[in-house]
Amino acid sequence: MLLGRVVGNVVATQKSPKFEGAKLLLVQPLTENDAPRGPVLLAVDGVGAGVNDTVLLVVEGRAAAQVLGRKLAPVDAAIVGIVDRVDVESDRPTQAR
Amino acid sequence: MQIARVIGTVVVTPKDSNLTGAKLLLIQPLTPSRAPVGKPLVAVDSVGAGVGEDVFFVRGKEASFPFHPVEMPVDAGIVGIVDSINC
Amino acid sequence: MILARIVGTVVATRKDPRLESNKLLLARPVDPKGTVDGGYLVAVDTVDAGVGETVLIVSGSSARMAAGMKDCPVDAAIVGIVDSVETSEP
Repeated sequence: MLLGRVVGNVVATQKSPKFEGAKLLLVQPLTENDAPRGPVLLAVDGVGAGVNDTVLLVVEGRAAAQVLGRKLAPVDAAIVGIVDRVDVESDRPTQAR
Repeated sequence: MQIARVIGTVVVTPKDSNLTGAKLLLIQPLTPSRAPVGKPLVAVDSVGAGVGEDVFFVRGKEASFPFHPVEMPVDAGIVGIVDSINC
Repeated sequence: MILARIVGTVVATRKDPRLESNKLLLARPVDPKGTVDGGYLVAVDTVDAGVGETVLIVSGSSARMAAGMKDCPVDAAIVGIVDSVETSEP
């Protein structure tokens, strides 16, 4: 999964019926340091996220379809969590145990 | 998924038999402010999009799902037409 | 599957109910020698891994093959803690 920030939403009347009732949010993927990473993606929202929320994004078809609860949904990205906090420790050498 | 503008149509013959009847459109991915980003690509249309319209598309084999049970060999598909973008 | 080092945690109170019982960890892919390759991903933890550990991550649709992840909206799961990696490469 990736971290992202919700930057907007898209309204679409004419769409695949599998999207019926789904909220479509524009999400800017982020690095772990909160910097933009790659193009803005459109994702279905499974958790009631809003603009400026930091979110957890799945970028895989069937995982995203699970959020819609519909099989064979033509979707490849979904918001599955609203991130409260990210704690990153400084990188250390490998500690295979 | 990403938003994109339909910038052309693509006619291909002969095609994979599972592509028969597919409407193929050339799309340019867009930023939320509708500026071009990245390279144009070809996507199969399942929602009746036309040239000049802004759409959103899905990548991967999910692009073929609207045509189920036909297993269309496509990796990008237009699945909605954008009415408005708010950001 | 990839090798990765756990470098942090992600806390999300509001999340898909199917993810409620799982910890979310921030991981950096590493090469066989343990050198960070750059980038990161967030993975669900199914093996009780911790920060600093090197782990095995399964990603894509196979992530839902991990224990307890069936039908969950996840695309990366930690499925093992790496004891050692041996490679013939110099």
